[in-house]
Amino acid sequence: MAGIEFAEFDDPEQAELYKIMVDELRCLVCQNQNLADSNAPLAKDLRNEIQKMIKQGNSRDEIVDFMVARYGDFVLYRPPFKAYTLILWLGPFIGLVLAIYILINIIRSRSTQQSDEISELDKQRVSDLFGTNTRTDKK
Amino acid sequence: MRKAFYIPLGLFVILVIILSIGLTRDPRTIPSPLINKPAPEFTLPLLYRQAETFSPQQMRGKVWLLNVFASWCSGCRAEHHFLMQMARIPGVNLYGLNYKDVPLDGKKWLEQFGNPYKSVAKDINGRVGIDWGVYGVPETFVIDKQGIIRYKQIGPIDQKAINETLLPLIKKLQLQ
Repeated sequence: MAGIEFAEFDDPEQAELYKIMVDELRCLVCQNQNLADSNAPLAKDLRNEIQKMIKQGNSRDEIVDFMVARYGDFVLYRPPFKAYTLILWLGPFIGLVLAIYILINIIRSRSTQQSDEISELDKQRVSDLFGTNTRTDKK
Repeated sequence: MRKAFYIPLGLFVILVIILSIGLTRDPRTIPSPLINKPAPEFTLPLLYRQAETFSPQQMRGKVWLLNVFASWCSGCRAEHHFLMQMARIPGVNLYGLNYKDVPLDGKKWLEQFGNPYKSVAKDINGRVGIDWGVYGVPETFVIDKQGIIRYKQIGPIDQKAINETLLPLIKKLQLQ
């Protein structure tokens, strides 16, 4: 944790909440880092703000609401389940179901094509290739 | 060819289209949840007349702009002469928020490049910036007569932003 400064809590539960919060909230300046990892001045300010809020007894939801009201859902590394995030959440499962459906279809169509019987047409082709006429030999 | 063969191809084409649209968007521009919401209240001392304070409440009934800037911000330098240009247009009420700056540096900067603002509030510790969702200076907010934030420009203002977005919006809001 590069940018994190010492945050002291008397209550171990509060310390745990702080750890979770700075881990789950995104730094808006360097967008691929969370608040815990970022050295950006804004990340530091937001860590201080979170620390203050936790010490004042705010819950996890209250802190998340505070951040989302100001910076939008983008601050959350765990995007909320909403109408416009449906594809994000359900897309992989829909893809999986679709893939299994296609796979079953392919397997089924292959198994119906394979049969032990040799058609008249194939027998004819075999004999043509070998240059023999089996039907006349038998007679 | 069987019809099933085209299904993966079709899915792939859709994926390519979606990802191509994604490439044209700027990931730095995050839509602000504050648009169409009341401007967060604050009371901050002014950079110059230090006994006086600025608060959005004072601006009720006026269309105004809040430009968040700092002397350490290079994008602010880039947009500065466009701000000077806007300040000369009648009906444009441009106010500054000197964000996480040393007041002396902020003053020096304005003396050197010109002061386009009617007033400058100083947000030394950046706490007001947090309430306004500021994450990348320069940022500029357009606030209507009812005190509702109607637009946020993230990053430097340029000629295009003035002509195509800011001035038409200010005119429209002034008629309301």
